[in-house]
Amino acid sequence: MIEIQDIHKSFGSLEVLKGVSLNVEKGEVVSVIGGSGSGKSTMLMCINGLEKIQRGRILVDGTDVHARNTDLNKLRRKIGIVFQQWNAFPHLTVLENVMLAPRKVLGRSRQDAEAVAVQRLTDVGLAEKLKVYPSKLSGGQQQRMAIARALAMEPDYMLFDEVTSALDPQLVGEVLDTLRMLSSKGMTMIVVTHEIAFAREVSDRVAFFHQGRIHEIGSPEHVIGNPQQPETIAFLKSVL
Amino acid sequence: MFSYTFHWRAAFQALPQMLAGAVVTLEIAVLSMIIGIVCGIFLALASGSHSKILRGAAAVWIETARNTPALLQIYMAYFGLGSLGIHINSFAALLAGIAFNNAGYLAETFRGGLRGVPETQARAARSLGMTAPQAFRIIVLPQMMRIVFYPLTNQMVWAVLMTSLGVIVGLDNDLTGVTQNLNVLTFRTFEFFTIAAGFYYVIAKIITLSARALGWRLFRY
Amino acid sequence: MFSTSMSWHDLGFVLQGAGVTLAVTFWAILLGTVLGMLFGLIRAVSPWWIAAPLGVVLDVPRSVPLLIQLVIINSFKSIIGVNASPFVVSCVVLGIYASAYCSEIVRGGILAVPTTTRRAARSLGMTYWQDLKEIVFPMALRVMLPSWIGLTLGVMKDTALVLWIGIIELLRASQIIVTRIQEPLFVLTVAGLIYFAMSFPIARLGAWLEKRWQEND
Repeated sequence: MIEIQDIHKSFGSLEVLKGVSLNVEKGEVVSVIGGSGSGKSTMLMCINGLEKIQRGRILVDGTDVHARNTDLNKLRRKIGIVFQQWNAFPHLTVLENVMLAPRKVLGRSRQDAEAVAVQRLTDVGLAEKLKVYPSKLSGGQQQRMAIARALAMEPDYMLFDEVTSALDPQLVGEVLDTLRMLSSKGMTMIVVTHEIAFAREVSDRVAFFHQGRIHEIGSPEHVIGNPQQPETIAFLKSVL
Repeated sequence: MFSYTFHWRAAFQALPQMLAGAVVTLEIAVLSMIIGIVCGIFLALASGSHSKILRGAAAVWIETARNTPALLQIYMAYFGLGSLGIHINSFAALLAGIAFNNAGYLAETFRGGLRGVPETQARAARSLGMTAPQAFRIIVLPQMMRIVFYPLTNQMVWAVLMTSLGVIVGLDNDLTGVTQNLNVLTFRTFEFFTIAAGFYYVIAKIITLSARALGWRLFRY
Repeated sequence: MFSTSMSWHDLGFVLQGAGVTLAVTFWAILLGTVLGMLFGLIRAVSPWWIAAPLGVVLDVPRSVPLLIQLVIINSFKSIIGVNASPFVVSCVVLGIYASAYCSEIVRGGILAVPTTTRRAARSLGMTYWQDLKEIVFPMALRVMLPSWIGLTLGVMKDTALVLWIGIIELLRASQIIVTRIQEPLFVLTVAGLIYFAMSFPIARLGAWLEKRWQEND
């Protein structure tokens, strides 16, 4: 499980996270909603150690992410992350993009890596695009490729950072379908998103971020259906 | 019209000699590029470093290379180093001058290449569990290569053209040097130098066209 | 204490050479810009069967060493019996050389103006020439100016080569002093600093203009 314990994070004098605590159990899907700049994305970066924290602790299966002796490269193998900007590697084909990390990081053979990559790409509906370069794909396809790339590492956890925000509206659906598929397979996921309806549908719990803190958290019916805090109500009003 | 008679036949008999000169020209250009690339990478890294001394030294090199004539840089190597007790022949002076010039221009190219790959690429690679050196080698470097590839081939053409300056410091076995020797012997200036121009043109075209073909193969994305 | 036998008179001689360098640069760039604008415009707006051959021809001065071009034209001048001084030959050769680069800059600048902008202009009822004059040229100019400044600096440095056909410009003047007083390192450094002083401010101006205009876009 992922245990986030009272983390604080500043960029210079700007405090982005002001004491966030959150536990995510195995198999759970937690959606994180909130206005831009509320610290949602930063929290994800902290979970896999791409950003350092100033105070608090994050434990992933009991391993302290920010401890000095933690092998981050090893830890990151079990935490997949997909970014808003999909960050496809432009110089590699779709298949190579997905095969790369299993081969270089996990040391898999070419055949094994390819078999896994083809499987994952088929899962996300890109079986036809194996030999194509990312520049030839639509945004939605590139984003699904990025998801397959993260899944090919066979992670225990998946973090999604506003994965549909940079997409054209008509491409959002295909990416959300991929996320639905994952949650139905029991993947543990933290999903930072602006898609409130989607959050309500797939999440076990929803966390509302406001000014660097988790302002309200609970079941979707509770946080989205019947919010208690005035900030949550105002936010939901502004996005729905 | 005019009384001059062209003597192309005599000039064409010198083709083998000139071809040998062209080989020397290419040798100098290739060597100067190898040295220039190595120095250029170090200059690019130095100009991004935290040390003031390194940054200053890199700036002096880069600005001198870019803001003074290549011929002056060759003179510096040929005449100037003599003041310091280092005497080098015209071949070495030409090579040093062009390599110095290449390094200054390529340093800027490499700086642009480093800037041209978004930081998010390295970040995405690290998030997949790659180490920093892995991320640089497998993800950043190949993309950088694409950015610097065409400026690099342009510089190669420049290096070939700059080798012609060797004759001014007395080099006599490169293409221009050979041509000048023939010219002094026969006074058929126009014929010989026109043929030399043809050689240079062909070399330049071979470089640009083969680079373009290579670029198509290497960078298909 | 550092001492040199280079006299003020010698420095004056070198500065005179710098004057020649500037004069050759000026005439070469003037000729190169006029011709380059013409060639560049033709290459940008004419059909391919004119643009392509012109492009091939203009590629030649960029693929042959300038030194060779100087020697060829200088000897050709004698062959056809034209009585032109080395100074005129230098300006013409460097001018043609500069025009080849300048045409590339002009062509690039014109083609950088988006077709949509040009369509918008035409849809407002402007004629072809009005569109070129009022929309395309002003927009292209912003793209062109930094490269043009770079070209000017490049030509200034390339003028050093005209010493080969007997012109005493900055570098040749320095070399003459070197031969006399035998202090190559010092004299060449002085020459380098003069080149630097002539080109560095303009280079900075070019970089500044480029940055400023990019911010405005």
